[in-house]
Amino acid sequence: MLTNKLIAARAGLAALVAAGTLATTLPAAQAEGTVNIYSYRQPFLIKPLLDAFTEKTGIATEVLFLDKGLEDRIAAEGSNSPADVILTVDIGRLMNAKEKSITQPVEDETVNSEIPSEFRDPEGHWFGVTTRGRVVYASKERVEQDTITYEELADPKWKGKICMRSGQHNYNIALFASMIAHHGEEKAEEWMKGLKANLARKPSGNDRAQAQAIYAGECDLGIGNTYYVGLMINNEKEPEQKDWAASMKVLFPNSKDRGTHVNISGMAMAKHAPNRDNALELMRFLGSAEAQSIYAETNYEYPVLPGATVSETVQSFGQIKPDSLPLAEIAKNRKAASEMVDRVGLDDGPAS
Amino acid sequence: MTLQPAPTAPLREHRFPRVRGERHRAARLGSLIIALAVMLPVATILFVALSGTGEAWPHLLRYVLPQSLGTTLILLGLVAMGTAFIGVGSAWLVVGYEFPLRRLLSWALVLPLAVPTYLAAYAFGEFFHYVGPVQTALRAVFGFESARDYWFPDIRSTWGAALVVTSVTFPYVYLTARVVFLMQGRNIADVARTLGARPARVFFRILLPVARPAIVAGLALVMMETLNDIGAVEYLGVRTLTLSVYATWLNRGSLEGAAQIASVMLVIVFLLLTAEQWARRKQRFHSARGTQMHVRPPRLPLRGFKGILATGALGLPILSGFGIPLFVFVRYVSKRLYQFADPQVLQAFLTSVTVASITAIATVVIALLLLNAMRLSRSPYTMALVRLASIGYALPGTILGLGLLLSLAAIDNTVDSAARTYGGFSTGLLLTGTAASIVIACTIRFLALAESAVRSGLEKLPPNLDQAARSLGKTANQSALAVLLPLLKPAILTAAILVFVDTVKELSATILLRPFGFRTLATHVYENASRGVVEDGAVAALLIIATAIVPVVLLSRPLMRDHNT
Repeated sequence: MLTNKLIAARAGLAALVAAGTLATTLPAAQAEGTVNIYSYRQPFLIKPLLDAFTEKTGIATEVLFLDKGLEDRIAAEGSNSPADVILTVDIGRLMNAKEKSITQPVEDETVNSEIPSEFRDPEGHWFGVTTRGRVVYASKERVEQDTITYEELADPKWKGKICMRSGQHNYNIALFASMIAHHGEEKAEEWMKGLKANLARKPSGNDRAQAQAIYAGECDLGIGNTYYVGLMINNEKEPEQKDWAASMKVLFPNSKDRGTHVNISGMAMAKHAPNRDNALELMRFLGSAEAQSIYAETNYEYPVLPGATVSETVQSFGQIKPDSLPLAEIAKNRKAASEMVDRVGLDDGPAS
Repeated sequence: MTLQPAPTAPLREHRFPRVRGERHRAARLGSLIIALAVMLPVATILFVALSGTGEAWPHLLRYVLPQSLGTTLILLGLVAMGTAFIGVGSAWLVVGYEFPLRRLLSWALVLPLAVPTYLAAYAFGEFFHYVGPVQTALRAVFGFESARDYWFPDIRSTWGAALVVTSVTFPYVYLTARVVFLMQGRNIADVARTLGARPARVFFRILLPVARPAIVAGLALVMMETLNDIGAVEYLGVRTLTLSVYATWLNRGSLEGAAQIASVMLVIVFLLLTAEQWARRKQRFHSARGTQMHVRPPRLPLRGFKGILATGALGLPILSGFGIPLFVFVRYVSKRLYQFADPQVLQAFLTSVTVASITAIATVVIALLLLNAMRLSRSPYTMALVRLASIGYALPGTILGLGLLLSLAAIDNTVDSAARTYGGFSTGLLLTGTAASIVIACTIRFLALAESAVRSGLEKLPPNLDQAARSLGKTANQSALAVLLPLLKPAILTAAILVFVDTVKELSATILLRPFGFRTLATHVYENASRGVVEDGAVAALLIIATAIVPVVLLSRPLMRDHNT
C-alpha cells in the first residue's frame, strides 16, 4: 500500500508543478519589446543571431521551433496568432507560406537594400537571408575528375557509385525542380531514371550520411549541401567526421555553364504579427552585415548581402557560381518534381 | 478450479440483468461525451479528408499506394511475428519456469519500451554501420579493407526497420501476455499436466488459445505503434504509408490528400480490430475464481544448461532493444558530461515528468470511465464508440496533433469572436499553443494503451464477482469501485506505466502544439538531432530512457508482489 501513497503523492506534486507550468507558458502574444518567431530553423543555429539582435536593440526574442506543420499552425491560429516572424529553409516552404496567406508584404528600404532582388519575393512576402549550394561530394581516392555536371549523374559510367538522401526531401525536390525548369519534364524524367540506375543503395539518411558512405567506400559520389562539409571539417566533438570530410572533395556542378543549384533559408512577416515594428527590426537585422557574417561563420552558409565575407572553410571548397534561374521559377515545379520521384521510384533504389 | 463455460463475447459477460429502476443514464451520457471529445482530432482529420477533392488519387493509386501499402504490410507482418514470438515466449518462460536471473529479467524485459523508435533507429544505424563497432570488429578479424570486400546486411531496409521496431515494441505483447499467464494460465495447465500432457503440448494446445485475446491486444498496440512511426522509417529510408502521408502533405502541399491516406490507414486498423472481435465472438476465458491471482503458482525449475539457455534467450531481446541504444548514447554522452548541468536539460526533464504524470492519470481515469460505461451499456454502439475513441493511436502523431490543433483553434477563435461581438473583449487563444493542449493530445493519443491494458484485465475477471456484489444489494457503480477496481490494480498499473513512458517519448504532437519556451526531453533531443547532430542530444536521450525506466521499475514491483512472481 506504500506504493499507492507514493503514487498519490507524486500525482499531487505533479499537479502542483503543472499548475505552475501552465501559468508560465501561456502564449506571450503582445509584450512590449518582444518579437515572436516561428522557426523551421534549429534553435542552436539562430541563437547567436538572436542574442546579437537583443544586445543591439533591447528587443527580446521568443522562439518556437517546429519540424512540420508550421504554416498550418499559423493558419489555424488565425488573427489571434502570436507569430511575428517566420524563419525557414527552402524556397518551397517560403512560397507555400505566401500561398497559404499567412504572410504580409514588407516594403522596407533597408531590407530591400540588403537583400538582392533575386533572393526576395517581388511583393515582399518573403526574403532569403542565406544561400547554400547543392553540390556533389566526390571521393578523393576514387574520382579523378575535378568538374562535374548534374546531367552527368545519369551517365552509366557512374553505375552503382552514387549515394543520396531521400528524393522526397526538400533539398532534393528543389534540385529536381530546377532540372525540370531547365530541361522540361520529359527530359528531367529520363535523367532521373538514369540517376536511379546509378545509385549504389536505396536513398536514406541525411546529407552527412552520404559523406560517411563515401568514406566507407560504399559509393564514390554523394549529393549534399555545402554547409555540411564545413560542419564536418570543424567537428571537434566527433573527430571521425573530420576523416569523412577529408576523404572527399566538393565539386560545384555546372560551374562551367549555368551554375550550381542553390537554395535559400529565409524569413517572412506573419500576416497578423502583433509586434509588427519589432518584427521589422529583426528582419532588418538579419540582412545586416553583422548577422550575415554570423550566418557565414557559424553555419558555413553563403550570405546574401553583397560584399559579405564567406567563412574560410567554405572558401577552401572553391568558388561557387550560383544558377541564375529565379528561385520562384524553380519552386513552381516542386509538385511535379515530387510526383516524378514517385513515378520513377527513385526512393526504391537501383534494384527495382 | 474448473473452467467456466460461457458462450458469449468477452465484455458482454460484464453486463448484467437490468435492475429495476437502474438506467445508468449519467454513466452512459458521460461516457458518450468523453468519447466524442476524444474523437475530436480523428473526426477533424476525417473531415479534412472529405473536404478535399480526389485529385491526388490517380497519382497515389498508380505510383505511391501499391508500393507503400505493400511495404507497410510487410513491415507489419514482420513486426507482428517478431513481437509475438519474443513477447509470448518470454512471458511464458518468466511465469512458468525458474532459472538464473529470472526476477531481474522479468522486469528488464520491459526496458526496451523506454527507447523511442526514432532513437532506436538511429542507434541501430550507428551500431551496424560501416564505421560502427560490429563491422569494425569484423574487418579487424577478417582483414577486410573496405565495404567492397565483404557483404553485410543493410539496416536501412524493410527488414532493418522491422528489427528496430520489434526490438523496442515487443514489451507490449510481453506485458499483456504475462498478465494473462499470471492471472490464470497455471491452473488449467496443471489440469492438463495431471492428465499427462507434455509442457510443449500444454503451451500450444491450452495456454496459447487462452492467452490469445491478450496477445492480440498487445499485438494491436504494436501494430498501431508501427503504423504511426515516422522517425524510424524516415531515417532508415523505408517507404511506408506514413511516409507517403508526409510527402503528400509537405511536398505537394495537399493536407487533404494526406488526411485521405491517413483515413485509409484508420479504416484498415478499424477493420482489423473488428475482425478480431468477430473472430472470437464465441470464445470466453476467465478464471472461475478471482482470488486465485494471489495463489502462488509453482514454477518448474530449469536446471543446468537449460536454465542458462533460458537466461540467454531472454537476455537477447533486452540487449537488442535496450543494450544497443544505451551503448551508442553512453558513448556520445561520455564526451558531453557537462550537458547534465545544462539548465535547459533539467527544465526539459521536469516538464516531461510533469506532463507524463498528468497524462497517465487522466488517460487511465478516462479509460476506466469508458470501460465502465461499456460494462453497463447493452448496446454494441457504445462498444464501437470506445473502439473508435482509441483508434487515434494508429495515426501518425503529427497528423493527430494537427487534427487537434485545427479543432482547438477553431473553438478558441469562435469563443474569441463571440466575446468580441457580445462582450466587447477578446479572449485570445485559450487552449491553442498552451501546455494543456499537449496533455490533451497525449491523453487522446495514448488512450488506446490504457484502454487495452485495462480491458485485458477486465476480461479476465469472472462476472460472478460483480453479480455477487449486486445480489448483495450494491449498485453497479458501488460494485465497480469496491470489487472490480482493487482486482484490476495490476492492469491499471500496467496502463499507467505504458501511458507515462509513451508520453515521455512523445515528440511529434508535442512539437507541433507546444507554447513558446516549452521544452520536453524529446523535443530537446529533436532540436539537436534535426541537423544530423544526434550526438548533442544524447544526454537528453539517455534521460528519456532513464525517466521512462523509473515508473517501469516502481510499478513493476507491486505487480510482482501481487503475483509473487
